[in-house]
Amino acid sequence: MEHLIDIVLLGLLMITGFAIVRMKSLLAVAMLTSIYSLLSASLFVVLDAVDVALTEAAIGAGISTILMLATVALTSDREKTSQHTPLLPLAVVTVTGAALIYGTLDMPHYGDPAAPVHQQAASAYLHDTPAEIGVPNVVTSVLASYRGYDTLGEVTVIFTAGAGVLALLGYRTRRRNIEGPGIRKLVVLRVIAKLFFPLILLFALYVLFHGDYGPGGGFQAGVIFATGFILYALAFGLGNAQRVIPQPLLRIMAAVGVLIYAAVGIEGILLGGKFLEYGVLADDPVTGQHLGIMLIELGVGITVAAVMLIIYYSFVSRRD
Amino acid sequence: MMQPLLDVLSWICLLGGAIFLLIGAIGVLRFPDFYTRLHAVSVCDTLGAGLVLVGLMFQGGLSLVTVKLLLIFYFMMFSGPTAVHALAQAALQSKLKPVVDDRESQ
Repeated sequence: MEHLIDIVLLGLLMITGFAIVRMKSLLAVAMLTSIYSLLSASLFVVLDAVDVALTEAAIGAGISTILMLATVALTSDREKTSQHTPLLPLAVVTVTGAALIYGTLDMPHYGDPAAPVHQQAASAYLHDTPAEIGVPNVVTSVLASYRGYDTLGEVTVIFTAGAGVLALLGYRTRRRNIEGPGIRKLVVLRVIAKLFFPLILLFALYVLFHGDYGPGGGFQAGVIFATGFILYALAFGLGNAQRVIPQPLLRIMAAVGVLIYAAVGIEGILLGGKFLEYGVLADDPVTGQHLGIMLIELGVGITVAAVMLIIYYSFVSRRD
Repeated sequence: MMQPLLDVLSWICLLGGAIFLLIGAIGVLRFPDFYTRLHAVSVCDTLGAGLVLVGLMFQGGLSLVTVKLLLIFYFMMFSGPTAVHALAQAALQSKLKPVVDDRESQ
């Protein structure tokens, strides 16, 4: 039965992929990419990787679709017809694909308990997490504690991406709220947006602080938080959204998130431990781990939310 | 005593939801223009997805899962029709004409 679900999802994934390649309208391609991400998220759920599924659903199907649509609104929604013949790219893709498939022959079978990944680090994480970290969600303990350096690197990458978008696109402050002629008519949309806005923010906080116990964490929470403000900006205009959360504040927030993360690491050194060693943050090592994970997830959430909003603001404020 | 009854109710809801979703998909393929297709999607999706969620609630029993499903149910009841309404408004504003059967008026 589970194989049937796998096959159906993979088949739909392939059909969507071909549709994306064949489609000429970039608007439709953006929507299809969103469907592609949603299908991938479903596949991750089938594979029991709910944290990854939540990330994929929030980022791939949610916010990146909005950013792509914003880009399409800035440029054109028709694909340029290419002049060169597709033979060389086809040959490159075929050879690369064949090499990749050849590479999979050496890989252990799907779900094989003897696979190296189940023998070394993973089993150690699964075995040690309850005693060392005391967090029910092992993914969070790996992401935030065992692999704290990597996650710090990821947050820095996101921060750099936000800085890059700001450097390339710049930013213009909206003096007054410019509304399209029709947006006043969308009473239903505005009422529902007003109703959902606090709930989305609440859900983001739930995902952030419940990440120790269930799927979730700073990355997903940050994206969901940003989505709430994007919904607000869509329904009430960019100017009003910027009155709630202005661009200069976002720039500070993006830096503050990374700084919180790094500060937790340095605090570990000051208290006599190693960089990003949370055990020394409190008297009891497990409590220290809890505290450290909570703080760095908060830092991740702040940076991700701020950078997503910076990118959205930069794209949309260029429109007129 | 309770469990078989709940299972039957749950399956009725799940199958009913699936049928409505199928009808909605057929409607999208068969209807002539944007507005009628939107109509097919909005009506059938809201009811179909709602029924599926109710069916899952019967499976969940009195637990936290049911509460979460109920929240998703409310969310879908609000978000689905709103999204379709916004789409139809956007289409109207960009001057998309509905396909009208004018044989009778002639």
